[in-house]
Amino acid sequence: MGSEAKFSTKHLLGIKYISTADIELIFHTADEFKEVINRPIKRVPTLRDITVANIFFENSTRTRISFELAEKRLSADVVNFSASSSSVSKGETLLDTVNNILSMKVDMVVIRHPAAGVPVYLSTRVNANIINAGDGTHEHPTQALLDAYSMIEKLGNLRGKKIVIVGDILHSRVALSNIFCLKKLGAKVRVCGPPTLIPKFIESLGVEVSFDVEASLKWCDAANVLRIQLERQEIPYLPSLREYAQYYGINAAMLERVDRPILILHPGPINRGVELSSDAADSKQSIILQQVENGVAIRMAVLYLLANRN
Amino acid sequence: MERGRIILKSPRFDLTLQRLAHQLIETYGQFENTCLIGIQPRGVELSDRIYTLITEIIPGHQAKYGKLDITFYRDDFRLRKALKANDTEMDFVVDDQRVVLIDDVLYTGRTIQAALTALNYFGRPKNVELLVLIDRRFKREIPIRADYIGTSVDAVDEAHVVVDWDLNPLKNEVRLFKKKIEG
Repeated sequence: MGSEAKFSTKHLLGIKYISTADIELIFHTADEFKEVINRPIKRVPTLRDITVANIFFENSTRTRISFELAEKRLSADVVNFSASSSSVSKGETLLDTVNNILSMKVDMVVIRHPAAGVPVYLSTRVNANIINAGDGTHEHPTQALLDAYSMIEKLGNLRGKKIVIVGDILHSRVALSNIFCLKKLGAKVRVCGPPTLIPKFIESLGVEVSFDVEASLKWCDAANVLRIQLERQEIPYLPSLREYAQYYGINAAMLERVDRPILILHPGPINRGVELSSDAADSKQSIILQQVENGVAIRMAVLYLLANRN
Repeated sequence: MERGRIILKSPRFDLTLQRLAHQLIETYGQFENTCLIGIQPRGVELSDRIYTLITEIIPGHQAKYGKLDITFYRDDFRLRKALKANDTEMDFVVDDQRVVLIDDVLYTGRTIQAALTALNYFGRPKNVELLVLIDRRFKREIPIRADYIGTSVDAVDEAHVVVDWDLNPLKNEVRLFKKKIEG
């Protein structure tokens, strides 16, 4: 019999709330699940008596499919809920919606919501393990975990490695979770983007700020490129997407000018021709599809480690 | 701290390993279509040694060797805290193969049950046998028995058997403790 996995929390609400040891345990467990999902029979019976509800109040392709596959490969029962086709449109409150789903004996909730803090709110009010699949502009912990895991696969240990996060830092939950995660793993983190999209006082999180994307690429070992989130911008922060692409878009010619190969990551969905040109997104340096593969293993690990802490 | 009572040590320990290896050779010959599978984590200590011994005796044998982690196949997932997983190294399918599962201590039989479940996910073996170093008799919770046994131990329920592997084979020992030591 193996040793006990000591995971410090009942919920995954954000990277801010978990320890470095938790992150390392998730990565260790994900290694084993990655082996599982590359077998001819990609399934284990571990969560066969667990029911998971995927509650999505915001659109998602990758994250929802990735969670659903992770749950199914662990043999959990899965129910999917999306706000557009539900009683939420009839005026039901969030807490009522979730409690109604839970009274049908659901053990875990994966939730995505446009309002920051919803997973934390639920975790204090309902009796289920909550996994944050993105809450507003706050956190997206599983994305940060799979980003860091994918970088570790290519770079080894991240201690002292230089990572730049490029793009809309102000509206990005991926950026915030990435900063927490990379700092906990000992990396040096820089954010880069137009001044209007860099939050004030972000230096207090221990990151550098740059407005020069090419210099940042020359500085870093890996660049995590984010999408401009027009849907969250209530006022114009940019003159135009074309101007953004001109000043902050990354293309293959720019990567050529960096004297060594750096990794290019993107959490998806890519706006080709805006933050990344096609020749950069499809280059050998891009590990975007590996990120997606690792996403399933990471989410299996998180589900496994949280499922039986009831 | 309690040192425990030694129930197997050098030179008998080494003789026991030799005997187990020879018993396998007696049954499997050149090990055609045969997979030796150590159960993680502690069964692998034993299976590594058995595999090495077999290779020393028959250098050209055809046995496939794998390591199987059963953490994700346990049936007590909801009843206990999650366990840390170990590596699974199985670069073959077990369809139509003769399989020998190898573990250090056979007690309730639950680990072997989980291993048989896990094995299902790697194909349908022709037949499965079980080799253990220590058989704790009369404590089985399910009808599972070993085909090759190093030595048998009868002990009370609270007792705990530990196999201490050392780099120096002369220092390998099996100890019996009055109760389980945490940690």
